[in-house]
Amino acid sequence: MAISKQEKKELYRLMALNRAIEERLTILYRQGKVVGGLYRSLGQEATSVGAAYALRDGDYIGAMIRNLGSLIVRGVKPREVMLQYMARKEGPTGGRDCNLHMGDMSRGIVACISMLGDLIPVMAGVGLALKKRNQRNVAMTFIGDGGASTGAFHEGLIMAAAMEVPLVLIVENNGYAYSTPTSKQFKTKDLLVRAQAYGIEAAQVDGNDIEAVVETARAGCEYARKTWKPYYIEAMTFRMKGHAEHDDASYVPKSLMDKWRVKDPIINYEKKLLKAKVLTQAEVDAIHKEIQSALDLEVDAALNSSFPDPAAVGDRVYA
Amino acid sequence: MPVMTYLEAIKDGIRHEMRRDPNVFVIGEDVGGYGGAFKVTQGLIDEFGEDRVMDTPLAETGFVGAAIGAAYMGFRPVVEMQFIDFIACAFNQITNMAAKSHYRWGQQCPLVIRGPSGGGVSGGPYHSQSPESYFVHTAGLKVVMPATAADAKGLIIASIRDNNPVIYLEHKFLYRRVKDDVPGGEFVVPLGKARLAREGRHISVITWGAMVHTALDAAGQLEKDGVSLEIIDLRSLVPWDKEMVLASVKKTGKVIVLHEAPHTGGFGGEVSSYITEHAFSWLDGPVRRISALDTPAPYSPPLEQAYLPQAHDIVRVSRELAAF
Repeated sequence: MAISKQEKKELYRLMALNRAIEERLTILYRQGKVVGGLYRSLGQEATSVGAAYALRDGDYIGAMIRNLGSLIVRGVKPREVMLQYMARKEGPTGGRDCNLHMGDMSRGIVACISMLGDLIPVMAGVGLALKKRNQRNVAMTFIGDGGASTGAFHEGLIMAAAMEVPLVLIVENNGYAYSTPTSKQFKTKDLLVRAQAYGIEAAQVDGNDIEAVVETARAGCEYARKTWKPYYIEAMTFRMKGHAEHDDASYVPKSLMDKWRVKDPIINYEKKLLKAKVLTQAEVDAIHKEIQSALDLEVDAALNSSFPDPAAVGDRVYA
Repeated sequence: MPVMTYLEAIKDGIRHEMRRDPNVFVIGEDVGGYGGAFKVTQGLIDEFGEDRVMDTPLAETGFVGAAIGAAYMGFRPVVEMQFIDFIACAFNQITNMAAKSHYRWGQQCPLVIRGPSGGGVSGGPYHSQSPESYFVHTAGLKVVMPATAADAKGLIIASIRDNNPVIYLEHKFLYRRVKDDVPGGEFVVPLGKARLAREGRHISVITWGAMVHTALDAAGQLEKDGVSLEIIDLRSLVPWDKEMVLASVKKTGKVIVLHEAPHTGGFGGEVSSYITEHAFSWLDGPVRRISALDTPAPYSPPLEQAYLPQAHDIVRVSRELAAF
C-alpha cells in the first residue's frame, strides 16, 4: 500500500513531535525536573515512528527506551511522557517506574524492563495469545544491536519461530551499545543473519528513511498477520547522542558523527517533502509552531502536577 | 474420598482448572506426549490437545517470557520447570518482568511456575535444590510449597486462580511416596493459611514441604521421651500464616524453624526473626533453626544425608530445647 500524501505529512509531524518532546525533556533534565535517566532517540526517529506506523487497531507494541516515537504513534500523549519522566503521581506508572517503562494493555502497549531482550519472548507470548484467539493481529517490539547479544533475544526468536507466532521484531542497529561499537560486539556483516539462522523471514532497511521503514514494516506485519509467523527487520541507523544524557559520547569518532549527521531522518524528509511539494515551507513552520505551543502547555501542566503520596509506596505490589 | 499420590493430586488440580477455564494452558519441556519428566502432565494432552499442553524448546527464558506475555493477554499459563533448579535460567523474567508488572504499570500477571524441587534422591547439585528464598525475597511473587497430596491439589488450584505470579514448589521425593485422601472435583486451599500437621505441647516446629514429614518422624521418636512437638506446615511462604505461628509459639514457648534449603539467608531466618520481634516475652528459649548446610547439594548418599536435615537432628535439637 503506497504512502499517501496525508500520511507523509503525518509521518513528518510525528517525527518532529518525537524530537521536540525529547528536546523539552533534555531541558527539564538539566533543570533537575527529570529526576532519572533520559534516553534520546536523536537520529533514530524514523525507525520508531515508521515501524509503529505500520500497526493497526488490535496490534500490540512493546517499546524500548528509545522508542518514544512508536508510543506517540500508538496514542501515548506528550503529557503522559512528561509526567512519567518527572516522576509524578498522575503519570502512567504513578511515579513507580521511569522513562518509557510504561504500558497499558487496553491500548495494546506492553511495558519494557531495563534488561534488554526480555521483551522479545514476552511479545512472542502476546503473539501466541493472538494466535490462540485466532485474532489476525501482530505483536511488535524493538531491540538494539547491544540487546541482540542477550540470551533472551535468541530464546525469544527461537520461541517465536518454533511456536509460529506473529511477532514483528525491529532490530535497531545504531552503531553502539553504550560505548561499545558493533565491531566489538559481533563479527558478522550485519544482524540479519541472526534471523536467517532461525528460519525467520527478514529484511534490512535504511532506518533513517521513514518511507522505507513504513513500507518494510507494513510488509512484515502483513506477512505475520497472514502466516502467524514472525518477521524480523534490521534497521540501519545511528545513535546521535550518548547512551543517556549524562554521556557525551566522546568515544564516537567525529568522522562517524559527521557521516550520520547528514543522514538526519527529519531534516532530509523535510527537504524531500518540500521538493516534492507535499509540504510548503509555511506548512512546515506551522507544524513546528503548533508542536511547540502544545508542548508549552504540556510542560506547564506536568510541572504543576503533584508527586505521589509517600503513603502509597506499598500499594499495588499484588493484584 | 479418593486416595491419590501427591503427583496425581497436582495433575488432578491442573486438570480441574483446565476443564473449568479455557484460558488455562500448560507449557514446558516434554510436557505433551511424554507427559513431563516425572509424568505430572501425563494424559493432559489427550484431553486438551497440543494447543493447551505445549512442548517447548529448551529455552527457559523463552517459554517463561512467552507465558508472561500470554498472561498479560488474559491467559493463565501453568509453566513446568523440568527440574526446579532450571528456574535460575528464567530468573530475570520471573523476578524483573512478571513480579514487578502490577506494581510498575498495574498489569496483572496470572502465572504459575511449578516444578520438582528438593533433595533426597541423589539428584546432585542441579536436581536437588530448594530455591524458595530467591523468590520470597522478590516483592510481587507468591511462593507455595505443599506437603500433602490434598494440599498439592488445593494449592495448585488456588495458585492457578491467583492473579499474581506464583512459584509452586512441589517436592520430588513426595511425588509417589505421599498418598492421602484428596477431595475430588472442586477443592481450594487458600494461600497464606498454614496447616496444623500435629498438635503438641512443648515445642513448635515451623516447617514446610518435605520437612513436614521429617518432623513428623522426629515427633514420633520424641513422644516416648515425653517431648511433644507441635508441627505447623506453612503451605505457602508468601503469604505466610503469622497468626497460626504466633498462636502456637505463645502456647509452647519454644520454637524450631526447619527447612530443607541452605541455612544462611533461608526463610527460616525470617520466621525466626518475626517470632522474636512479636512474641519475645512468650519465648522460653532461643528460636532454633535446622536447615541444610551452606554447601551445594551433593550427590553421593552419605554426603547428601549429611547435607539435608534428618529426623535425628530434630530429635537432638528438641531435646536441647526441652532441657533449656
